Amino acid sequence: MEYELVVVGGGPAGLSGALKAAQNGVRVAIVDRQEELGGQLVKQTHKFFGWSRRGAGIRGIEIGRRLRNAVLAQPHITVFTGTEALGYYPDNSLLIEGPSGVSRITGKTFLFATGAQERMILFPGNDLPGVYGAGAVQTLMNVYGVRPGRSVLMVGSGNIGLIVSYQLRQAGVAVRAIVEALPQIGGYAVHASKVRRLGIPILTRHSIKEAHGKECVEGATIWELDDKFRGIPGTEKDLDVDVICLATGLTPLGDLLWQAGVSMTYVPELGGFVPIYDENMETERPGIFVAGDAAGIEEASTAMLCGEIAGLAVAAKLGKIPRHRFEEERNVLARELAALRSGPLSSKVRTGYERIRALVQGRRGS
Amino acid sequence: MKRSVEERNWLEQRNVIVCRCEDVTLEEIRRAIAQGATTLDELKRLLRVGMGPCQGRTCRELLARELAEHLGKPVAEIMPPTFRPPAKPVKLGLLSRMVENAPRGDEGSSLEGGESR
Repeated sequence: MEYELVVVGGGPAGLSGALKAAQNGVRVAIVDRQEELGGQLVKQTHKFFGWSRRGAGIRGIEIGRRLRNAVLAQPHITVFTGTEALGYYPDNSLLIEGPSGVSRITGKTFLFATGAQERMILFPGNDLPGVYGAGAVQTLMNVYGVRPGRSVLMVGSGNIGLIVSYQLRQAGVAVRAIVEALPQIGGYAVHASKVRRLGIPILTRHSIKEAHGKECVEGATIWELDDKFRGIPGTEKDLDVDVICLATGLTPLGDLLWQAGVSMTYVPELGGFVPIYDENMETERPGIFVAGDAAGIEEASTAMLCGEIAGLAVAAKLGKIPRHRFEEERNVLARELAALRSGPLSSKVRTGYERIRALVQGRRGS
Repeated sequence: MKRSVEERNWLEQRNVIVCRCEDVTLEEIRRAIAQGATTLDELKRLLRVGMGPCQGRTCRELLARELAEHLGKPVAEIMPPTFRPPAKPVKLGLLSRMVENAPRGDEGSSLEGGESR
């Protein structure tokens, strides 16, 4: 089956891109491994920040529901859920495995919005049952209504670590401590103060030393770190926990982009290897677009905007909209994106995107 | 998170597992590096790291950092291993069905894409 656009990943970026393209007359297929569209939004029970037109004050699950309903109501979009993309081939086809077996779909263009994977860290006992990624804890609690345990050590104080700690407490699970290797808290102050008001200690310059237990986690030892991130002997504290939750960061998931031969570059500010792409979210392989965490670790509001830019650019590339209308609309979206990224909290990602811009411009100039 | 040399030595002694899918320890990885492995592809072939159910999504960065440390290079210069289809392990039955169902002359229906086997 051939589509004009194949979107891989049905999260905020992929759904926004699919919608924008379909609204401009592009025939779209969305492939997503989960049974329900929405990506990470399906478990985000917290409210969003930013602008009201961009979902501020609305819970992530509700944003996901709105996007999903819009996609399902859109006649130009074919949805393949419960379907995994196994491989990208140079004839512009994608091998997919879904409920009806294996098949290949081809696309005139592709949007890879494959999201991110969680980072793992090394410590003795890190393979014991009871050691979870923060995403898994959120899925268990917010999607399935299952508590992961009775008492948690949270590793990492970025927004995910803070939000999941708060949600654990809401679910009646104790959070003994949040440890953070850096000298400062990683996430937004508003999340950190909510967590602190609940009496959860956030220990900066601390890390997990080891997990204890035979068959599963029965406890954890944390310790203080010196300036070179070395554990300081004598500062160990034992915590009575049965869950160790790792919120130690995300890295872009680019397996299919590598397969497709897209040029990639390492940008630490964006979480690792990311594709090189232009202001229309198009990579150096013409017709292959990216958006969302796969293009650089950020958050859902910017992911949705980048998805829209990509969807619009696909429509323009396929000749569905005149160039001037595309540029007009793209510039509006680009301004909105720049405004969302203008705050001091976005300085890191700004540096990351500047690196990519510089690379693209360098190549154009040569 | 960066780990100091002392801490990583301690982790090695404690038999810490880096690749959870294939149960490969830090000690085994360091031994392979000491014996001359310089790339993630080599580690993969020697130890099967990153070849299990998660296809290296959990251990790839940890391995890259270990290599970078030993080679005295930044992690940015440690290239990931080659990515090939399928992106996740699939059942052998599925592969055989694909071959059975492939129309004559449609080599593209095999996993390898261009080649028929």
